[in-house]
Amino acid sequence: MSQKHENENIKGIMDIKKRSQWADIWHHFKKNKAAIVGMMLIVLFVCLALFAPLIGDYQDDALKMNIRERLQSPSADHWFGTDEFGRDIFIRIVYGTRISLFVGIISVSIALSIGGFLGSIAGYYGGKIDNAIMRVLDVILAIPAILLAITIVAALGASIINLMIAIGIANIPGFARVVRAAILSVKDQEYIEAAKAIGAKDHTIILKHVLPNSMAPIIVFSTLKVATAIMATASLSFIGLGVQPPTPEWGSMLAGGRAYIRDYMYIVLYPGLAIVLSVLSLNLIGDGLRDALDPKLK
Amino acid sequence: MILNNNILNIEDLVIRYVTEDGIVEAVNGVNIKIEKGKTLGLVGETGAGKTTTALSILKLIPDPPGEVVKGNILLDNIDIMKANESKMEKIRGEVVSMIFQDPMTALNPVITVGDQIAEAIFIHQKVTKKEANNKAKEMLEMVGIPGNRLNEYPHQFSGGMKQRVVIAIALSCSPKLLIADEPTTALDVTIQAQVLELMRELKKKFQMSMLMITHDLGVVVEVCDDVAIMYAGRIIEQGTLEDIFRSTKHPYTEGLFNSIPNIEDRKAKLKPIRGLMSDPYDLPKGCAFCDRCDYQMEICKTKKPEKVYFSDTHFVECHLYNENKDFKLNNGRK
Amino acid sequence: MLIPVMLGVTFLVYFIISLTPGDAAAMILGNGATEESIKELREEMGFNDPTIVQYANYMKDLLTGDMGTSYSTGKSVAGEIGQRFPNTFKLTFSAIFIAILISIPIGVISATKQYSIFDNAGMIFALIGISMPSFWTGLMLIIAFSLNLGWFPSSGMDGIRSLILPAFTLAIASTASITRTTRSSMLEVVRQDYINTAKAKGVSKKDVIRKHALRNALIPAVTVIGLEFGILLGGAVLTETVFSWPGIGRLMVESIQRKDTPMVLGCVIVFAVAFSVVNLIVDILYAYIDPRIKANYN
Repeated sequence: MSQKHENENIKGIMDIKKRSQWADIWHHFKKNKAAIVGMMLIVLFVCLALFAPLIGDYQDDALKMNIRERLQSPSADHWFGTDEFGRDIFIRIVYGTRISLFVGIISVSIALSIGGFLGSIAGYYGGKIDNAIMRVLDVILAIPAILLAITIVAALGASIINLMIAIGIANIPGFARVVRAAILSVKDQEYIEAAKAIGAKDHTIILKHVLPNSMAPIIVFSTLKVATAIMATASLSFIGLGVQPPTPEWGSMLAGGRAYIRDYMYIVLYPGLAIVLSVLSLNLIGDGLRDALDPKLK
Repeated sequence: MILNNNILNIEDLVIRYVTEDGIVEAVNGVNIKIEKGKTLGLVGETGAGKTTTALSILKLIPDPPGEVVKGNILLDNIDIMKANESKMEKIRGEVVSMIFQDPMTALNPVITVGDQIAEAIFIHQKVTKKEANNKAKEMLEMVGIPGNRLNEYPHQFSGGMKQRVVIAIALSCSPKLLIADEPTTALDVTIQAQVLELMRELKKKFQMSMLMITHDLGVVVEVCDDVAIMYAGRIIEQGTLEDIFRSTKHPYTEGLFNSIPNIEDRKAKLKPIRGLMSDPYDLPKGCAFCDRCDYQMEICKTKKPEKVYFSDTHFVECHLYNENKDFKLNNGRK
Repeated sequence: MLIPVMLGVTFLVYFIISLTPGDAAAMILGNGATEESIKELREEMGFNDPTIVQYANYMKDLLTGDMGTSYSTGKSVAGEIGQRFPNTFKLTFSAIFIAILISIPIGVISATKQYSIFDNAGMIFALIGISMPSFWTGLMLIIAFSLNLGWFPSSGMDGIRSLILPAFTLAIASTASITRTTRSSMLEVVRQDYINTAKAKGVSKKDVIRKHALRNALIPAVTVIGLEFGILLGGAVLTETVFSWPGIGRLMVESIQRKDTPMVLGCVIVFAVAFSVVNLIVDILYAYIDPRIKANYN
């Protein structure tokens, strides 16, 4: 076999390897039963959020009070019972899914885009820029994330938008760190050197070569952070700093139902379970992805 | 009870790793004998099963996924297969010791080197902590490190020094057999020579036997009396140093020699062995080396070769010698 | 390092809080105030100065232990916080103590018996544990142990019995995540070469774990314990609210609802300082566990 032929062969093998990276991850991921359960649960939550109007009307069923039917136990009419204003808990949970997923995804997107931008610059350029960015982020990290979010909402006022901004900002340092670490781990690889050597521009290198190759840990982190964001949304709403009643949100449903737990626990049981299940399923997916990306940890 | 004069006697050892991607036959019917006081070089490329063989002597094959399927291991006439864990704990360090490949990771980073040496002494000998410490100091000096560095941590030592500490740990209870798993691979060339020299010296001093695992034929010439060439979980050629170097029989052994540059004839092309080792999940039906062999025959693809003996000490597993024991390999440089 | 971070933190928090809309002077004087007196007070309190000047004044006072006066009660902020601080300290330290006590042994056993029933069950519980919001867990514990079984009080602070439910509530999430970290770092450590070296010299299985593996595995665990503490402080805000525990967390929520800015500011700063001090302790602990780090300090 000639040397040239052999080289081509090796190149062919490398190409196949690269192309099948995601296939490979999926191959490992689907063997993880827990992760698949998480995936199915999340699909279920997304369907509930998308098709909520088919289950019940927002105005009539989720918001309108019906004092005559208050605090009813679960029945065929009201699967999870009714709350202190006679509203169907199941339908309110279904509409709550919309808010939780929406706030979770948007706030993570905010954190990912700002934190990711700062992290890539810090990681790619290093030196003084890196130092300056990371020191500033250290300051933000010195405040526990949920407290920072509470402070921001307390200052800006309680609303869904402010909630997303607050949770997003509180998560910026985490994303910056993960993206920076991911960039650092691929920055000195030879293909990056090669791209530099042929004169590619910095932003081309970052967007085309560095980021795609450091995607994996970022995706895992984002998945886990959506879970945290859902938890934070519920937490802030629970202490009255997030989504305001009567809007159906899981945390504020718990806050509203607190007074009735002595005689009627369903009012806090089901919204809480919704939080646990959605957070759990995202954690399962995140863990599954991480194991699939890093098979040595198994 | 003296059964024989061998410190180590491995018979028909089969070890496999069961993973979710399939079964790997890591060691596939290996026989190894080491006479008391002798050094056997176990030579082969990465993945040939050398380390697995070595770990099985200490009964340290990680299980799962490792699994010793069958075979006998007699270590100083102790039946390792039948020894329970508490017996093995007495054997390890006392009868047999092992030096691992990478000195950078072989020492516990949070324990002083003195404590790491003294620990072995304290476990195996009836001594006080203080006596163990003194002995540790002696050991440290014996491997050429000032005794006052006893209370330092591994990160304060260079790679070569770390390997000396590892050697001190391994020899602290004067084991009868020392297994050295590529002890110089991770070191600089100049340090390699020093460490090899030290090992040779100490081996003489302690009258140890040694199993030297390596892929470096230079190391083999330096320290070994006998050589076993391992390929895909089998010993494919074994003999004295003389047998292997002067009358090489297996095409793979020949290939190993041809991969070394020759200073006398720099124009001579290196002749590396082509291809890669067969997929360990799917070994060929016949000779495992068949696909890479320049002397490949029809029979090689279908039938496993059997041992062909040239003398009491020298055998090869290769079909080339089935009919004609005088067959000469001709792919060499000479 | 601590001082510049603290300066940054106080400035950041001060800046965020200063974004609060509304007229502080009008707030303090209440409904009956005249336009004239509001103007006067504004001048007197320095509300017309630029934020940075106000911050400098605040810091000057802070160094003398003065955190201002509460808008709503007129009492000293530092006094109020000083009164509440021991309660939050008691709660969070009990929680971290419980978490460490449970999580490290479980993590170690899980790792040594990887994939056993114990390990699998432990990991499922841990995953559920990190997915449960503390305020919901708290409500569930109240329903079970206080309302139904009557073993512990459901609110207030009255002796050790009243500490148990809030401390466990707060401990659950931390227990879960420290268990997971201990397990995975233990699994990583037992694969290291030095563990083989230890085994090869005849160290017994028990001692390999106790003397050789555990100390190395604790290094990442200690990091997580430090980080968990931040999450715990955030969790304290919610747990104290659920259990009406008279700590700084509850004070902060009440102050936010009353728009008592100096009080909120004081609470957040105390939380951030506490978190930074804990991280400093963690750094010092590191040096004890890991000689490589000690070397860096010298």
